[in-house]
Amino acid sequence: MSQRIPVTELTPDFRGRAEEALADGQLRNNFRVAMDSLMTKRANAFPDADEREGLRELGNRIKAGALSRLPDLLEQLEQKLTENGVKVHWAETVEEANNLVHGIIEARKGSQVVKGKSMVSEEMEMNDYLAERGIECLESDMGEYIVQLDNEKPSHIIMPAIHKNARQVSKLFHDKLGEPETEDVNQLIRIGRRTLRRKFMEADVGVSGVNFAVAETGTLLLVENEGNGRMSTTAPPVHIAVTGIEKVVPNLRDVVPLVSLLTRSALGQPITTYVNLISGPRKPDELDGPEEVHLVLLDNGRTGAFADAQMRQTLNCIRCGACMNHCPVYTRVGGHTYGEVYPGPIGKIITPHMAGLDKVPDHPSASSLCGACGDVCPVKIPIPELLQRLRQENVKDPEQPQQVKGGGAKYSRTERWIWRGWQMLNTRPALYRSFLWAATRFRVLAPKKAGPWTENHSAPVPARRSLHDLAARHLDQNGGRPS
Amino acid sequence: MSQLFYDAAPNATRVSPERGPERHYPEKPEAVTLFGTCVVDLFLPEAGLDAIRLLEREGVRVHFPQEQSCCGQPAWTSGYRDEAKAVARAQLDILDRSGLPVVVPSGSCAGMFRHHYRVLFADEPDMLKRVEALAERTFELTEFLLKVCRVQLADRGAPSRIALHTSCSARREMNTHLHARELLQQLEGVERVDHDHESECCGFGGTFSVRMPEVSGAMVKDKTRSLMDSGAVEMVTADGGCLMNINGSLEKQKESFRGRHLASFLWERINGASAGEVA
Repeated sequence: MSQRIPVTELTPDFRGRAEEALADGQLRNNFRVAMDSLMTKRANAFPDADEREGLRELGNRIKAGALSRLPDLLEQLEQKLTENGVKVHWAETVEEANNLVHGIIEARKGSQVVKGKSMVSEEMEMNDYLAERGIECLESDMGEYIVQLDNEKPSHIIMPAIHKNARQVSKLFHDKLGEPETEDVNQLIRIGRRTLRRKFMEADVGVSGVNFAVAETGTLLLVENEGNGRMSTTAPPVHIAVTGIEKVVPNLRDVVPLVSLLTRSALGQPITTYVNLISGPRKPDELDGPEEVHLVLLDNGRTGAFADAQMRQTLNCIRCGACMNHCPVYTRVGGHTYGEVYPGPIGKIITPHMAGLDKVPDHPSASSLCGACGDVCPVKIPIPELLQRLRQENVKDPEQPQQVKGGGAKYSRTERWIWRGWQMLNTRPALYRSFLWAATRFRVLAPKKAGPWTENHSAPVPARRSLHDLAARHLDQNGGRPS
Repeated sequence: MSQLFYDAAPNATRVSPERGPERHYPEKPEAVTLFGTCVVDLFLPEAGLDAIRLLEREGVRVHFPQEQSCCGQPAWTSGYRDEAKAVARAQLDILDRSGLPVVVPSGSCAGMFRHHYRVLFADEPDMLKRVEALAERTFELTEFLLKVCRVQLADRGAPSRIALHTSCSARREMNTHLHARELLQQLEGVERVDHDHESECCGFGGTFSVRMPEVSGAMVKDKTRSLMDSGAVEMVTADGGCLMNINGSLEKQKESFRGRHLASFLWERINGASAGEVA
């Protein structure tokens, strides 16, 4: 198949993309139905609220504890993995990471790569990088396979092709693979599997992500439901795992509650069909497994988030996707609207550290701060609080030193003066009351158009009398006594 | 397009009764301060007045300091911390003068006092003590009526069927999303019906509604559609912001369905007639 995967051509700004997505009834229905189903599944997976809250608290403590000694744990992880025969590589940027991966493949004279689902490899745009160097990189996760086939990007971190329904997938398979059209999901899965099976056997290198890297034992844990992760990490002679530095946890026992939180929050499963614990290449007396195992640990802005005590909480994320499943904005606009690798609430707080806030200046505002995301986050990332913080960083004076990469992109002198005026109005009681008096007296003069507000609402008309006025009269009449 | 959403699991986001530890409530005080909120002040003053009447009916004297303005939330959620803090400080000064319990007829402004002032003043230890004290004595109207006044409502209205919209702040910050339900349950002639995606945000989000009008507009359209499809004749809510958003959208869509503030609804039900706007 063609390996050049163009970046989906997108309208340049969030609002424009949102408008397009909102006008697409099919897309909106696909998301609404899928997200409703995922919310129900999660709710059913946590029937006991006390148990759920206890587990979330524990998950938060494990991740926060691990992050508090991140440098030590990473060193320990490297040491243990090396002892186990895994080669550890460090990459500060995606360019470095891609270079490392390419180098490993080249050393084996590899030309075919099969990949298990990995969001970090999406971050790296590894497929494109390798394709440009003549290496075919095939996605083996069903959802990833579908979006790759359609030259798209994932629209959800757990379910990459969730924006498509069975009919759309059927048409895609028909157009690209010449398969007969069918809306039978099992049949569609069978078509994908047939192609992928052969590729697993032919591949020179398997690439995967990592869900948790255990420092104590040097174990890479990978959860999945399709078996493609196990195939990608065991069938080819070389396995390259790529992951972010925040995935390290101290001990194997920490993984138990985290996996439970992950699988229940993501798909409502008690546990995934496959749980892979990878602890090194094939040993001399073993019959199968890869000859080489590599781990590429990627920073890509994570240390920037790490350096800020509040923003560090972003790195708690275990990539379950529950925040997007419960987000009323994501549900309506879908993942592609965000225009970045990580969509939804988690994407809004993590992307600024990777790409810079100036690259995604509208993201922090694309939230009603309803709080659903923070409510369901299995590791208790206070997402609304962090969005609020990013809004502050967004409007900072760009001339001043910035605390978040690309801060100050939304700075506007005019807006700053408007808020100064608002402050004056609300801190000077006489002024505020004069404003109330004028607004209520001249209510008929209220403008019929009030900027974007009147796109969705009738023009707001002040009441005849303010509450200040009504309350003063009322309390005067009865002398402040209860009536 | 809205009919598309009706294939969906209708109550995937149904109100969940399990929300953290119950707040400890004091005995009913002799007097309280009503913090009117800027939205109620200018656009829904009758709701504020009805809140005063409901409190007075419980034998509670109500103070309304004329110096009060806004809790500071609009600037805070827009990223203007200094401006929000200045306004917050002004309200603290006013509310601390009497030190009375503060009753707020809007979940999000009550949430501002109870949760966000802590963050605003995190770098000022002296202020933090005052902020903590304010948080402790701030109550959303429905929780004050139900939990502190232990109100008993005798319904004198005609049979009616209504939908209840609970704000995200009531649900997630104030933990008061079930209090309005309990109050409505006391009204014999009132049947409360569920609506589709009841616990989902109405799309207001303060400045979100003007910064992202496309997305916000889609959210409020879905909300109004599900309210109208619920079989209710009207909607009640204890949050001024949501109410302005939902009613503004209904009016723009030229629908006759409307929402009302819970305070006005309750006052009318127990008096058998509309309290109306005092002109």
